[in-house]
Amino acid sequence: MASWGEASQSRLIGKRIARLSGKEKVTGEAKYTYDINRPGMLYGRILRSEVPHANVTAIDLTDAEEMPGVQAVIPLIEVGRKLRYQGQEIAAVAAETDDIAKDALRAIYVELEELPFVATEADAMAENAPQIRDDWKGNRSNPSKGGQGDIEAGFAEAAVTVEATYHTPVQTHVCLETHGHVVEWTDEQNLTVWASTQAVFGVRNDLARRLELPANQVRVITEHMGGGFGSKFSPGVEGLAAAQLSRMTERPVKLMLTRKAEHLVAGNRPSMTQHVKAGATRDGRLIAYDMQGYGTGGTGGGAGFTGPYVYHVPNIRTERTNIAVNAGSQRAMRAPGHPQGAFAMDSLMDELAEKLGMNPLEFRRLNDESEVRQAQYTLGAQEIGWHKRKSVPGSGTGIKKRGMGVGSGQWGGGGGANTQARVNINADGTVEAITGTQDIGTGIRTAIAIIVAEEFGLTTEDIIVKIGDSAPGLPSGGSGGSQTTASVAPVIKTAAAKAKQKLFEHVAPLLQAHVDDLRIGTGTIYVASDRTKTATWHQATGLLGQETISEGGEWDRELRQGGVAGTQFAEVEVDTQTGHVKILKIVAVQDCGLAINRLTTESQINGGVIMGIGQTLLEERIMDPMTGRMLNANLEDYKVPGTYEIPEIKSIVFDTHRKVTGVGEPPCIPTLGAIANAVYNAIGVRIRELPITPDKVLNALAEKA
Amino acid sequence: MDKFSYVNATSLKQVTSLLSDSRWGEVMVIAGGTDLLAELKEYIETPKTLVNLKTLPGMNSIKADANGLTIGALTTVSDIAMHPTIQQHYSVLSQAAASVATPQIRNVGTLGGNLCQRPRCWYYRDETVNCFKKGGDMCYAVDGLNKYHAIFGDGPVYIVHPSDIAPALIALNASLKIVGPEGDKTVKVEEFFTLPAANLIRENILQPNEIVVEVQVPAPNPNTKSFYLKAREKGAPDFALSSVAAVFEMMGKTCQLAHVVLGGVAPAPWRSPEAETVLTGKTINESVSMNAGEEAVKNAQPLTDNAYKVTLTRNLISRAAMMAIS
Repeated sequence: MASWGEASQSRLIGKRIARLSGKEKVTGEAKYTYDINRPGMLYGRILRSEVPHANVTAIDLTDAEEMPGVQAVIPLIEVGRKLRYQGQEIAAVAAETDDIAKDALRAIYVELEELPFVATEADAMAENAPQIRDDWKGNRSNPSKGGQGDIEAGFAEAAVTVEATYHTPVQTHVCLETHGHVVEWTDEQNLTVWASTQAVFGVRNDLARRLELPANQVRVITEHMGGGFGSKFSPGVEGLAAAQLSRMTERPVKLMLTRKAEHLVAGNRPSMTQHVKAGATRDGRLIAYDMQGYGTGGTGGGAGFTGPYVYHVPNIRTERTNIAVNAGSQRAMRAPGHPQGAFAMDSLMDELAEKLGMNPLEFRRLNDESEVRQAQYTLGAQEIGWHKRKSVPGSGTGIKKRGMGVGSGQWGGGGGANTQARVNINADGTVEAITGTQDIGTGIRTAIAIIVAEEFGLTTEDIIVKIGDSAPGLPSGGSGGSQTTASVAPVIKTAAAKAKQKLFEHVAPLLQAHVDDLRIGTGTIYVASDRTKTATWHQATGLLGQETISEGGEWDRELRQGGVAGTQFAEVEVDTQTGHVKILKIVAVQDCGLAINRLTTESQINGGVIMGIGQTLLEERIMDPMTGRMLNANLEDYKVPGTYEIPEIKSIVFDTHRKVTGVGEPPCIPTLGAIANAVYNAIGVRIRELPITPDKVLNALAEKA
Repeated sequence: MDKFSYVNATSLKQVTSLLSDSRWGEVMVIAGGTDLLAELKEYIETPKTLVNLKTLPGMNSIKADANGLTIGALTTVSDIAMHPTIQQHYSVLSQAAASVATPQIRNVGTLGGNLCQRPRCWYYRDETVNCFKKGGDMCYAVDGLNKYHAIFGDGPVYIVHPSDIAPALIALNASLKIVGPEGDKTVKVEEFFTLPAANLIRENILQPNEIVVEVQVPAPNPNTKSFYLKAREKGAPDFALSSVAAVFEMMGKTCQLAHVVLGGVAPAPWRSPEAETVLTGKTINESVSMNAGEEAVKNAQPLTDNAYKVTLTRNLISRAAMMAIS
């Protein structure tokens, strides 16, 4: 049975190994899509709707087309169609400079008949609200209902109940590198695309289909990529527009989204509002959970969220609805549905525990069936110093009050059979690992090098990792669902093992040993039964002559596993005079199976925690009911964590088994509930609406007083 | 941004003459550009000509002597924040300067620019919104979203003045020198700023053909204690939700003279005579400082989303007073 071997035998796997592209990224040598400039390249820009809802009655591109330096202008919406949100695409231009392209957008004439709009969930649900979808009544989708057990019987058994409403607003992805592409037709039938994407092959197939080209005539390259978080799986309107502009002009075109457009149209995490009533028995068992909730994913649906979450409840009734508003659509965002669901559930757990007079951690222990998390509770509580937590909320003295909280999460991340890869050993001793996956910042490039280097007794620098390119024709799946490592690693591992076996076949005669008696040392191959017989790596590969060993791999299910558990503890200090929440420490205990690279796994956990902090304390898409516009489509008023917001983060890679599991998404889930509960523990007033900003804290304290 | 011609200034005379024939916004001056460039990119301002002041000689120095400070308008915010004499004897000013934005912005942003910067209001900064400040006929914040807006100033415009340095200068009784085609004049910084009732569109008394060239800060009484306290949602970079510049002349433990000036809560830096009255002649302690805060916000008029600023400002005044004397 295939295995990753014992930890004690691993030279590289599971160790902390520096990212292969780290130096290039720090020095700016790394070329992102934004950095790609081609000879003769034009600059593309998109004209977007500035109104939330309107009929397009006329478009005239003439003035823009006639501007010096403008090479092409294309409409992206037909006259007679509706614009349904601010930011929706109207037309695109390609020009000699970016400045000319910007000026050209302003020369496009658009005539609109503005329509009534709804900017917020409250407006959408109001009586006599304008109907923005013909197929939904009252801007609401049909509810999706779920449940199990007997809800009435459950509440009859409950000794305590809590009823509360929890809300999380729309959060945008804020990818550091905005969405975009550089496209170049190498001839009439062949297109090369540099894409800021999470799915090299997805973009290839999508563009080929839309441009009616055979898939192999589109090449997509993503050498380095500045963040996607679930929002970058397809070329989008902007990618197709860039390809069309390039085809028309026979020139390369670069078209990257502005920061404003990124907020408006490039996806978001939908909002969540849930009214929940839950009950627990006197001995601390969750017994009933009744929830009606809604959220908005913009004009479409997709506003799902988890609930109940993580903890076991026998009697459940749920009802979820999508609310349509005139705003940009949701897209998958790091653990879709989970962080917001976890915030509500972990807040609810603490509210129930308080009514029971139980320590919230003990209450969790009683209702959590995950053995992994049970162990994590113990470890995390030790690390944060849970015994020092004040049992009476808000009982601290002084102006700045401290509190502690806990939250939990779960995820899958077991990968899938979507990857082809080759590992090549050349006669000169060089090694290549080739596959069509992409490194979206997670460190898969380094993980691939670690696996191959471990197999061959080499260092990660000895391995040439060729990823982020569709040209070799070795497809891999999109990087979503925390699936990349668990999808790619088993294929690389088996390919490397096969290549090693092939090399052993060449070396066996030289060492006068049986193939099965050969082993890999550090930079050497030796005979297990007679360790004086060795060959260096280069002596061995020198035997290949004109041959190159090139082996593919299989996705061996035994090498990966899905399902992870995580727990986080937060300690905060709340300034009761300013309402400011300072996070002092986060302890993140994250189960992830075998960490190929402990260093980048810790980085993933750190990143998840930071994203969770942003969602808890700062981030919110602010829609203006008066104008229907997003008021903070920038990075001044849409606030993301900076160095001042980032506390000590103790990221604990919680080893549970030696099979590979993804860990990209899960660490951003438990953070919200842990912080919200810590804030409550500090000040004795619960904030059920994120983000927990000073105004909310001060208002809550004033209400309490 | 729209196209404009760019002129490197050679003398103040040349600058004022370039400005003198223009209407508002036609010819504009640029120094650090940390505010103006964003306005140009968003088409909030569309000048025909930009006059670069940074080529003017001798306007970026700090002179400190027994009479006080003379600071050229082109002095960077970071030079003010880092200046040893200012740190030692004018701490409210160095603290205010150090609280501005980020190191990068402080390194290019200038004193004159900080005082003359435009509001951060999200309606004002939106090209498509034609509000009072752009010649329109309403302030969108009144019926719109106004979490960051004014609680003082009586409208009808509810922007807040974003400067951190201005409240500190007013609290230090500073003056500034304005140059126009007719020569120069010196006014108190406090009188430089105007409320919407006097001028809906501008935030100060400058005419289209005038610029700020220098700030003079009188040397404080040796027994002066001061502090600048700023509350914001995010550590940096963020503008003030509310801020307090507190300057006290002490005689032993008694406050002989108190200056309390607020930022982030009114369309102009907001002097609080109510707080000053409470503090003057008193030994500053917890209860006196709390009382000063209470009195200062008595006449606050919050909008729908910013009542928290009343509490926040009250608490900040009290804390700033205690920090100043500690």
